[in-house]
Amino acid sequence: MPNYRIHKTEYIDETKRVSFKYDGKTYFGYEGDTLASALLANGIHLVGRSFKYHRPRGIVSCGAEEPNAICQIGSKKDLTEPNVRATELELYEGLEASSQNCWPNVKFDIGGINNFMSPLIPAGFYYKTFMWPKSFWKKVYEPLIRLSAGLGKSPTEPDPDIYDHKYVHYDVLVIGGGVSGIIAAKMAAKNNLKTLLVDDKKILGGSTIYQNNESIKIDDKLSSEWLKNEIQEIKKLSNLTIKTRTSIAAYHGYNFLLAKENLTDHLPEEKKENKIRQRLWKIRAKKVVIATGSIERPLVFNNNDRPGILLSNSINKYLDYYGVTCGENIILFTNNDSAYETSISLHKKGIKNIIVDLRKSASSELIKQAESLGIKIYFNHVVTNTFGYRKINSLEIMKLSEDGNTTVGNKIRLSCDCLGMSGGWTPMVHMHTQSGGKLDFRDEDQVFLPKENSEDQISVGSCNGDFDLENIIDKTVNKINKFLDIDNQDYQDTNIICSKENDKRNIWLLPNKIPLGKTKCFIDFQNDSTAKDIKLALKEGFRSIEHVKRYTTTGMATDQGKLSNMHALGIIADTAGVKMGTLGTTTFRPPFTPLTFGTLVGRNVGKFFEVVRKTSMHEWHVENNAEFENVGQWKRPWYYAKKGENMHDAVQRESKAARDSAGILDASTLGKIDIQGTDASEFLNRVYTNAWSKLAIGKCRYGLMLNEDGMVYDDGVTTRISENHYLMTTTTGGAANVLSKLEDYLQTEWPELDVYLTSVTDHYSTASICGPNSKRILNKLFPNLDLSDENFPHMSFKEDKIENINCRIMRISFTGELSYEINIESKYGHSLWKMCIEAGKEFNLTPYGTETMHLLRAEKGFIIVGQDTDGTMTPSDLQMDWIVSKKKYDFIGKRSLYRSDTIREDRKQLVGLLTDDPKEILEEGAQIVSDVKSKPIDMLGHVTSSYFSPNLNKSIALAVVRSGKTMKGQKLIIPMENKNINVTVSDTIFLDKENKRLNA
Amino acid sequence: MFLINCPFCGERDQSEFSSGGEAHIVRPKQPTELSDDEWAEYLFMRKNIKGIQFERWNHVHGCRKWFNVVRDTSNDKILSVYKMGEKPPVNYK
Ligand SMILES: [Zn+2]
Repeated sequence: MPNYRIHKTEYIDETKRVSFKYDGKTYFGYEGDTLASALLANGIHLVGRSFKYHRPRGIVSCGAEEPNAICQIGSKKDLTEPNVRATELELYEGLEASSQNCWPNVKFDIGGINNFMSPLIPAGFYYKTFMWPKSFWKKVYEPLIRLSAGLGKSPTEPDPDIYDHKYVHYDVLVIGGGVSGIIAAKMAAKNNLKTLLVDDKKILGGSTIYQNNESIKIDDKLSSEWLKNEIQEIKKLSNLTIKTRTSIAAYHGYNFLLAKENLTDHLPEEKKENKIRQRLWKIRAKKVVIATGSIERPLVFNNNDRPGILLSNSINKYLDYYGVTCGENIILFTNNDSAYETSISLHKKGIKNIIVDLRKSASSELIKQAESLGIKIYFNHVVTNTFGYRKINSLEIMKLSEDGNTTVGNKIRLSCDCLGMSGGWTPMVHMHTQSGGKLDFRDEDQVFLPKENSEDQISVGSCNGDFDLENIIDKTVNKINKFLDIDNQDYQDTNIICSKENDKRNIWLLPNKIPLGKTKCFIDFQNDSTAKDIKLALKEGFRSIEHVKRYTTTGMATDQGKLSNMHALGIIADTAGVKMGTLGTTTFRPPFTPLTFGTLVGRNVGKFFEVVRKTSMHEWHVENNAEFENVGQWKRPWYYAKKGENMHDAVQRESKAARDSAGILDASTLGKIDIQGTDASEFLNRVYTNAWSKLAIGKCRYGLMLNEDGMVYDDGVTTRISENHYLMTTTTGGAANVLSKLEDYLQTEWPELDVYLTSVTDHYSTASICGPNSKRILNKLFPNLDLSDENFPHMSFKEDKIENINCRIMRISFTGELSYEINIESKYGHSLWKMCIEAGKEFNLTPYGTETMHLLRAEKGFIIVGQDTDGTMTPSDLQMDWIVSKKKYDFIGKRSLYRSDTIREDRKQLVGLLTDDPKEILEEGAQIVSDVKSKPIDMLGHVTSSYFSPNLNKSIALAVVRSGKTMKGQKLIIPMENKNINVTVSDTIFLDKENKRLNA
Repeated sequence: MFLINCPFCGERDQSEFSSGGEAHIVRPKQPTELSDDEWAEYLFMRKNIKGIQFERWNHVHGCRKWFNVVRDTSNDKILSVYKMGEKPPVNYK
């Protein structure tokens, strides 16, 4: 096996050999490697196929910008993870990775044919070709594209890993632990500011940490040695927290940032167990220093995508940091000085290399150094083509014309096994723009730089466009002193020597004798879009960068165009003949690199997904085999199945028992608002549709609450406890919103009212007993209470004690039966419930759940707000005009009740429906029509509630139907998938229209 | 995520608050006197400004108090906070 690891470095521990699997084959690397560096050490460049043309692709970079080396990690159904960049994944024993984009395999695949068909796949190809016929998209095109595009596979089972969230506050957050970030963090922390420094790598130091060129020195030391000292020093600072393997995912307003910390991704399987995998940091920082550095640009020339073509600086890092060379015969193609550092490093390790520089000439310390080492330099030349299928084996260069628009002279063919390219540097302004900051364009080296700050933040170092070390350090120190309003002198005497770049020449699309249409000059490697695609989009009339981007898919892949956006912009500007700075740039959106859902969700999974509210009686319900229904956050008993019963059986039994003898419901979840104050009656007058001032003390009344638009919002019974004291009940789901709404009116519209609202929902437990035997049960529980209709009539309230504990008893009914609600302090709720059950034994007191409650109230035609209403129903639509006071001058929503729209006669109105076949139960939500033959079928409404009533022995339903009020007795049709169901419009009250049962 | 300075509790995270839309829309004292159009103006029409906007917020998971906020909707900066019933600051238009 070839070994490209050619020297030892302090970052690779050669005593710790690590075995891993890549595409099913076992390889070895060392602790300290990334998957990418280990693959390169094994001579592997080819890591996938390109998205559209399925061209062989290799590792391009050594960081987050990697477009090609995208892997699927692991094969377990619950743990596999797609879209992992091999350049960022630290190697561990037992790692299993496979290249993602290579169906059916990396060395030969069916999509390769696209490469030869590529003239047929221009920009917008997918839009143009796959749109017709329409029916083909879902069944034919999309699955095929997905299969061959290698988009990675999601896990199919729940993620077993543990994720964590942490909220922190700092005076200063420094993003990026390169030289400028380290200086900023040190200055801040030494000035007593609580500081957090985050860096996405395993160790601090950025690209300076492996810098070893003699022409770049700080205080007479190699810059890397100097920086190591600084790192040692900042580690001693007590108010500085350093988080490595931590990357900022998003920069939100008010300096609120999200960071992802990787805790176990670098550990072997057995050491990951039971540990937190990733932690999401929610950071509030008073000030933020952005020191995210810059990334190298590729160059755009024909066939610039072959395996073995990397960014020049990445070749340098693989060599000096990982000890791995990317080739043995390397060519570096550049338009700036940084490739010379790579060249000199390679030369010193004995790797043969030459430089192709498109600048006419250049002079600097670095260039002098390269020349004196005898490194061959071709100035004023460009690479015009490359060769080699699975890896580059040679390339052609040509001389540039004076204006740089074309090539001249003869082709020179050079052999190589690796090509490094450097098109200059792009400052990482993502964080700055995510925070809302604007950008300026610097013509001189064609970079976007941070401009206005909308947050309290600053950019320093190369992300601010300062590229040489002297510039970086001096400017960082000055800016940080100013930004933090401090006077730090630590770096005043620091002596920096570095090579200064003097010459620049930038050409976004390099010239070629071959017509553009026949070239493959890639801009976006991950999405496979070329210079030709951009030009075609412009020719077809696209102008906005956002449109060109979407039409050509440039910059739309998971790397978000980190390597491609600038080139796309440059080529658009050149083609359109406008200045690049005037085009603006695309929007950078979070996250900077993809996040797993697990990290975002944290601990809020399974039983922690949402807060659960349980009543005091909950344990009894569990012990008695209740099935629960979620109502908001509440767990409410749905029905109590006895042995051998299904839901239907249980509900039929419960419903019958409640009407034949007695039933009991846990009604604790109903919202309860305590209303006190001298204006309480007036307040109720204004918020309910009916009149309240005449309600006697000790009496209860049902109220309907509207929105200001006249639509029914909530309902419930309110009891007058004393002169200035009411207890309002609301629906279970509406409780919080009703309280908010009432507070809103009290505080903002009617501050003059003397009224105080307190939520007491959780303070009381409620047992509701109904049925003809309920009075007898109550009598056992409250033997001293006079339950006669004279003393305690329907819609009234009494207080009494059970075992010396106060109870509030309301005689109110949601079932149409004689019914009592007993309220007691919540801590006694469970005991009360058990006493009720005990007292009711001889009367077959049957606990019933929400389903039976719904059925019983439907028999009586009582509405459920939110089920029979949907925010578009007025009281009149519900045939509840009786509850709207004609006398009251105003109440919430009154004026809207006679808007032209609300008085329309053809609004949808609540009706009852009876099926012709009394055994046929309608589906809730089913559509209602009068004629199934007309096209389009006229939809009249839908079913809102539907049950089989055991007390009437037939199916009943409530529905909203256009002009329904006038349709009683009319035949309608419910068209279902396999049949049409015939129904007759009926009254909404199906049982006991005379309300005899209330006083049974 | 905003930091909102509740006039009763101090600076808190946005997640404790709920927004109540445009401020200083007074509910008509005599709704029955209004035409459909006038009532619709109160009920439905909102300015939705890009720039400086006066808004109502409720510290719903805190003191439950409603109060007013001056916010620049173009950058989400909160320029001023004041209690219900207080006059809006005059330096913002
Ligand atoms: Zn507050």
